[in-house]
Amino acid sequence: MSNNETMSLTLKIWRQKNQNTKGFFEEHKMDDVNPHMSFLEMLDLLNEHLMQDQKEPIEFDHDCREGICGSCNLVINGVAHGPEMRTAACQLHMRKFNDGDTITIEPWRAEAFPMIKDLVVDRSAFDRIMSAGGYVSVGTGNAPDANAIPIPKQQADQAMDYAVCIGCGACVASCPNSSASLFTGAKISQFANLPQGEPERKRRVVAMVEQMEKEGFGDCSNYAECEAVCPVGISISAIAEMRREYMKALI
Amino acid sequence: MASLTAALQSSVGRKILTGITGIFLVIFLVVHLAGNLTLFAPDQGESFNLYAQFLHDLGPLLWIAEIILVVLFLLHAYIGISIYLRRKKARPENYHLYKSQGGPSKQNFASKSMAVTGVVLLIFVVLHILHFKYQAFSPETYYTTINGEEVKDLTRHVVEAFQNIWVVLAYTFVMLMVGVHLKHGVWSAFISLGAGNPKKTAVLYTIGTIVAVLLSLGFLFIPIYIYLNGGV
Ligand code: HEM
Ligand code: FES
Repeated sequence: MSNNETMSLTLKIWRQKNQNTKGFFEEHKMDDVNPHMSFLEMLDLLNEHLMQDQKEPIEFDHDCREGICGSCNLVINGVAHGPEMRTAACQLHMRKFNDGDTITIEPWRAEAFPMIKDLVVDRSAFDRIMSAGGYVSVGTGNAPDANAIPIPKQQADQAMDYAVCIGCGACVASCPNSSASLFTGAKISQFANLPQGEPERKRRVVAMVEQMEKEGFGDCSNYAECEAVCPVGISISAIAEMRREYMKALI
Repeated sequence: MASLTAALQSSVGRKILTGITGIFLVIFLVVHLAGNLTLFAPDQGESFNLYAQFLHDLGPLLWIAEIILVVLFLLHAYIGISIYLRRKKARPENYHLYKSQGGPSKQNFASKSMAVTGVVLLIFVVLHILHFKYQAFSPETYYTTINGEEVKDLTRHVVEAFQNIWVVLAYTFVMLMVGVHLKHGVWSAFISLGAGNPKKTAVLYTIGTIVAVLLSLGFLFIPIYIYLNGGV
């Protein structure tokens, strides 16, 4: 759709007051959706209508709206971040949908991501996995010379391919087991590919895997659904690499 | 590895164990198939009887191998089922609408039915051992002579068993389930054991599918050929 005619949509949106109450779907009809709007702008517009009608707006998470912060956690029509591959929900445009469509919107669902309200969940479990080992030790004082440690280009690229993870949690949301293996694997592999990650290498993988377990994420069955929904396209090989690191740490 | 209990308490440890046990079970299937195919050596089944004799003559070595196999099998089944059961705990409230994104996703009939095909294999293996090792369903014993010695004619035992259409159909079903289990299983074991870089994952999946198809076809051939041919 490339013209500026507006679209009509039926939205089935998950509403839930908090963790202790039962959620339900609320239906909203919209007939003024511009196809060039992003998915979040469409929700903004819906919220404006709701507020004009003195109704409570729908809570949804967002920040950068340019695909880099990982806040926009929406399961759209059954798929984390919606129908377009390698696209965060904030970068998804309404022209990907058809006039007259019904769109179902649900929050990330996982025991380790407790409900806050409506479409917003608490993803601080990811922060705790990071604190467990997702860092490198550096000497304080003057900034080190940027080229003091030479790193082969291929290895730097590989580390970068894992480091692009925006921590959105779509991997968990889409995994039939609610496993956080892609996130944790990407964070571990990013350091495993760089000399700076060497000092804490063994301790890191064991601690992060342990924390992942403690948070209540499920096991990985290698479905690779995580790779398919990842907005930055991180490969399941991050998970293979995490297991390699784990074996090296234990043997 | 630190210890079995420690490994079982970590999700990565559990996966490595499913992978290791799974790969060893696959290797066992390859050896088992190779042994079974001696049925079709052009000597009226003498090779198969010699092969059985060779295994029996291993004595304690065979028992050790059997015990290792049983342990691998039960450990594999236990972890596989417990991984499957954990998913409910990790997502108490399910999606009302859930779809796969497709693309690189390996969610398909094979991967979604691992626990079901696994339980089919578990039940089958028990019945299969009762059937051929303990002759539970066909008590009649046949004899033949090998090197002047009278021994059980296991070739005949197999041939007689596969004259029954129901037995053949049951084996056909289970051997297809072996293929389905391994279509996801072989790939999954590769990733569980840390194989591959981003460029190789597609190749690994294809290799897994090929191994699954070959093993399934190999085992399917035996009952179907014997039934249609009336012998080996
Ligand atoms: C000849 C017998 C069997 C063979 C060759 C076999 C092979 C395999 C292989 C190679 C894997 C992949 C391992 C991995 O994910 O790392 C696997 C996974 C699995 N197997 Fe088996 N298996 C056999 C019997 C069984 C039995 C008896 C059960 C259960 C009763 C079972 C249940 C499972 C399950 C549930 C998985 C998936 C684990 C997960 O979701 O991560 N398998 N199998
Ligand atoms: S809002 Fe920042 S990634 Fe979508």
